[in-house]
Amino acid sequence: MASPTARTAGRRRSPTAPPRSFRWARRIFLTALTGFVLLPVYVMLSSSLKPLEDVSGTFRWLPGELTLRPYLDIWHTVPLARYFGNSLIVAGSATVCSVVIAVFAAYAVSRYRFRGKRIFTVTVLSTQMFPGILFLLPLFLIYVNIGNSTGVALYGSRGGLILTYLTFSLPFSIWMLTGYFASVPRELDEAAYVDGCGALGALFRVVVPAALPGIVAVAVYAFMTAWGEVLFASVMTNDTTRTLSVGLQGYATQNDVYWNQVMAASLVVSVPVVAGFLLLQRYLVAGLTTGAVK
Amino acid sequence: MRVLAGLRRAGLPYLLLLPALLLELLVHLVPMVIGIVMSFKDLTRLHIGDWGTAPWKALGNYRVTVDFDAPVGATLLHSFFVTCAFSVLTVGLCWLLGTTAAIFLQENFRGRGLLRAVFLTPYALPVYAAVITWAFMFQRDNGLVNHVLHDQLHLTDGRPFWLLGDHSFLALLVVSVWKTWPFAFLVVMAGLQNIPKDLYEAAALDGAGLVRQIRRITLPALRPINQVLVLVLFLWSFNDFNTPYVLFGKAAPEAADLLSLHIYQSSFVTWNFGTGSAMSVLLLLFLLVVTAGYLLATSRGRKHADG
Repeated sequence: MASPTARTAGRRRSPTAPPRSFRWARRIFLTALTGFVLLPVYVMLSSSLKPLEDVSGTFRWLPGELTLRPYLDIWHTVPLARYFGNSLIVAGSATVCSVVIAVFAAYAVSRYRFRGKRIFTVTVLSTQMFPGILFLLPLFLIYVNIGNSTGVALYGSRGGLILTYLTFSLPFSIWMLTGYFASVPRELDEAAYVDGCGALGALFRVVVPAALPGIVAVAVYAFMTAWGEVLFASVMTNDTTRTLSVGLQGYATQNDVYWNQVMAASLVVSVPVVAGFLLLQRYLVAGLTTGAVK
Repeated sequence: MRVLAGLRRAGLPYLLLLPALLLELLVHLVPMVIGIVMSFKDLTRLHIGDWGTAPWKALGNYRVTVDFDAPVGATLLHSFFVTCAFSVLTVGLCWLLGTTAAIFLQENFRGRGLLRAVFLTPYALPVYAAVITWAFMFQRDNGLVNHVLHDQLHLTDGRPFWLLGDHSFLALLVVSVWKTWPFAFLVVMAGLQNIPKDLYEAAALDGAGLVRQIRRITLPALRPINQVLVLVLFLWSFNDFNTPYVLFGKAAPEAADLLSLHIYQSSFVTWNFGTGSAMSVLLLLFLLVVTAGYLLATSRGRKHADG
């Protein structure tokens, strides 16, 4: 992001400077788009500060009365803390496992020639395009059957959910990290070999530190995917293992929807991921660039 | 010793791949095979505890699924067309918004970094939190959409239902575009960084205006990226489950009945896994054919452009 600054500084007075009409079109388009993008965020924030009577009546742009009550009530209406913990455990474990496994796989793909390499990468990438629903039915049956025949409770457990989440992020992680690792010069590996490192030594002492931004970006992506997943969470969890994506529906009772609490809870579960993402998005962009060149 | 070391080295890539391979096998390949087998079985509630005992049905499930005169097939066909329309519109709009925003943000100006962060927010928000908020905005009596359209702008007759009936397609599309376009933005922005700046300067010196520069330099340079981007966007929106499920619940209104939710509903609500699997397999086959055709067509188009 640093290079365009220097470019435009010299450009402003040059003949290539954008004409006025362009700047007006840009202003109008970007303003409208910002409004569209931020509208739900505003609704989330403002409604989370309203009392229930207020969100149940006709929508009002500004809260008639500001209250923090929804932020206190969300923890009692549904066991939000437990859902939060479940989501944290599931998304965290899935992230750590998929990053570690992807680091090994990506290292193999980026550094070695071996038989079956093409088949491996094509298979891994193509599983990403398959509809989740295709895997849901069989996995559901497999988990239920394993539970019935061996007593290992995968269905409804956090472990089972972690296992399914692993594979959503795994193909993407392998693909991104392969691109990242390929951009780390091989001379660095060779220098490590000369210093007496083995292949794994070179991986952990040289390649991983050099590609750390990429690994962080992949981890953020994996975490986000797991944190936001709905399909498998809605089928594979029970009352005690429910994650946020399903648990948030609990604010709708038969008679009433506590919209102010829904909005407050949505905000609370969003803040950690959005903050993490915005802090680290630069690395994700860089990763997409290296990945896309391949 | 040397032979042993050689062996170890030859085996090393496989060893490194082993965990990834095992997982792929366990969670993708085995379920896929089982899914295909399931689609040939009469798998109802009775046999869920031990699916092996379900009676063989040969092509029976497929016959029911593609019998477009009967209810199961008719609704599936309808859902298929809804999904096609939804995907084409989502991909088109997301691409358009993403590309325009990326081009407008290519140049540095005050607030560019902030705008970039703002634009990426829908992508970062957990899907269910964002879609629940949209569901609230689309509420008939206490939502923002009707408040603006009816109370403030007087554009609508009365307060329409947005999450029921024919309007639901529009609601679904808006939400889907809102949360997907930042990905297009992100990818195009990454692609723009690879275009050498002097190309633009040379073009400007030759008297090419902005529109011409975009048409002649930017868009051709983005072609390889667009090829992947459009495919990924299409597959995502075609398989989207999260948006309709959070927006509508377990059953979507007819006008917005996307395939993923349709299959989910036919499997888990009616507990008929056999037909659900047959539908999934058909969906997969369709996507494979479309993807293969698309890749073939775009790579041929590229060769023509190069030659």
